[in-house]
Amino acid sequence: MKKHQIRWALICFISPVLLWLFLLIVLPHMDLLRMSFRTENDYGDMVWSLSNYLNFFEEPIYWLTFVRTATYSVLVTFLTFVVALPVAFYITKVVHPRFQGFLSMLLLLPFWVSELVRVYGWMILLRESGVLNHFLVKLGILNQPVEMLYNDTTMIMGLVYTAMLFMAVPLISVLESLDNSLIEAAYDLGANMWTILLRIIIPHAMPGIVSGSIVVFMLTLGNYLTPNLMGGKSSLWFTEQIYNQFIASFNWNQGAAFGFLLLVLSSAIIWAGLKLTRQKLTEVIK
Amino acid sequence: MIRSLPNSKAYTLSFKIYVILYFTFLFAPLLVTCVLAFNDSQFPSLPWKGFSLDWFIADLPHRVGIFHDEINLRSIWVSAQVAFFVTILSTLVGTCGAFLFEQESFRFKQVLYFLMISPLVIPGVILGISLLLFSNTLGTFFELRWNLDVALFRPGFWLVVLGQFSFITTLVTLVVSARLKKFDRTLEEAALNLGASRSEVIWHITLKFLRPAIIGSAAVAFLMSFENFNTTLFLVGSEATLPINLYLQVRDGSTPVINAISFLLIVGTSTAALLNLCFSKKQEQ
Repeated sequence: MKKHQIRWALICFISPVLLWLFLLIVLPHMDLLRMSFRTENDYGDMVWSLSNYLNFFEEPIYWLTFVRTATYSVLVTFLTFVVALPVAFYITKVVHPRFQGFLSMLLLLPFWVSELVRVYGWMILLRESGVLNHFLVKLGILNQPVEMLYNDTTMIMGLVYTAMLFMAVPLISVLESLDNSLIEAAYDLGANMWTILLRIIIPHAMPGIVSGSIVVFMLTLGNYLTPNLMGGKSSLWFTEQIYNQFIASFNWNQGAAFGFLLLVLSSAIIWAGLKLTRQKLTEVIK
Repeated sequence: MIRSLPNSKAYTLSFKIYVILYFTFLFAPLLVTCVLAFNDSQFPSLPWKGFSLDWFIADLPHRVGIFHDEINLRSIWVSAQVAFFVTILSTLVGTCGAFLFEQESFRFKQVLYFLMISPLVIPGVILGISLLLFSNTLGTFFELRWNLDVALFRPGFWLVVLGQFSFITTLVTLVVSARLKKFDRTLEEAALNLGASRSEVIWHITLKFLRPAIIGSAAVAFLMSFENFNTTLFLVGSEATLPINLYLQVRDGSTPVINAISFLLIVGTSTAALLNLCFSKKQEQ
């Protein structure tokens, strides 16, 4: 009797989950893979072919964008870590405990707001007729306004800003579990700041660094808004290439090949990161 | 180094300056956006020409405030409807998922668990295009086979709902699972011993216990859906959601109406975030 009831519950729970995962995740991605190998031949019929992938390797603009997007995403991940670590350290170890909760809440607040609003804020701050230029000219630092938007440096800053939260939160939670007496002991034994940072803080924070880096990397690689609105004409992002294939050229098969390559790249780098630091995805996600 | 150790003045001071700079960096764009929503000017830029509520309430030929802006108001309404359905669906399925992975055992559970968390590491753009391709394939198939034109398979409202649902459900499952892990299963056994059926136990005991996590994740799901851009971009039909609509306006030049909408969004989301925080604090006590 009891065994029968447990099976009933299992069916009840598993069927919506299976429907969700197979209809919306597994089958669409298999279709993505299938479409990426289809192309139109000279007679206008759809045939199997590798030409979408060959196009990618033959056209420098495609693979250059791909390599650039990957390199910049790694750079953004590293910069995010460098900027967020001191803040996480300050909040967990240096500031008076009374302000800890307040500061962590303040840290989270901007990220509840839509990414579009944040990017828009940067645009009206930095553009030629923007707020920063207005003040710089008023103060006499600049003779005339300069365009600060639409270049790689600004785009990278925007990407770091967008992804900041996903590095800061895991770092704060991992540093909270670091025992202060370890740092005190190292200090008493004469270690300087760098030794403490490299030998105690970073090794302890490794799980947080890895999970933060994975999320930041993934979000940066897949970002469309920030590179599109803050980057210049020459700083094309790979997601923009995908968008162009889908919406502008209406070549869905080429776009599918690009999408699949991006998926492979992000999975490969995440996998490599997990292997290098000997961690498991299921544990990092928590 | 840390607060229990003696620190040099220079060290403490430079750390303080760094943190102040960091928070300035964090809040500068939002603050500027909010302030310029009240500037009495045709453009979202300085100089300051005086305080005005025109970009909220005006209904003049050259100046239409957000409360009279048909297109933007409609896109807010579309976003709210999408978010409503995404929240209901993902909360239902996500809660089922939490029960499935925490309380049931079956073959290939590890495989299914891995599939369940995979949407977190798939870029949103890829989710969007693969769903677009798949729905298109299905649509063509239905049309050729049965001569049926199914609206669901064309880009539009329901495809956006499904696209957002596909990754937000993962988040709900993880949040509800985390709460379900803390549940004392002897309570269930006691209820079963006293003659309750499994469904009664779930309804009266387990779901009661899960309620804060379910409400919290529903709120986050609503917000994520309301603000989603990457996945929606490829699935949207003629009815633009708010982020898509704002994006088109920002790309083609901007008016302070966008600041006014941003101001409302910032105030709305931070109030919701603070309420959520207070609510979860209360639950913990």
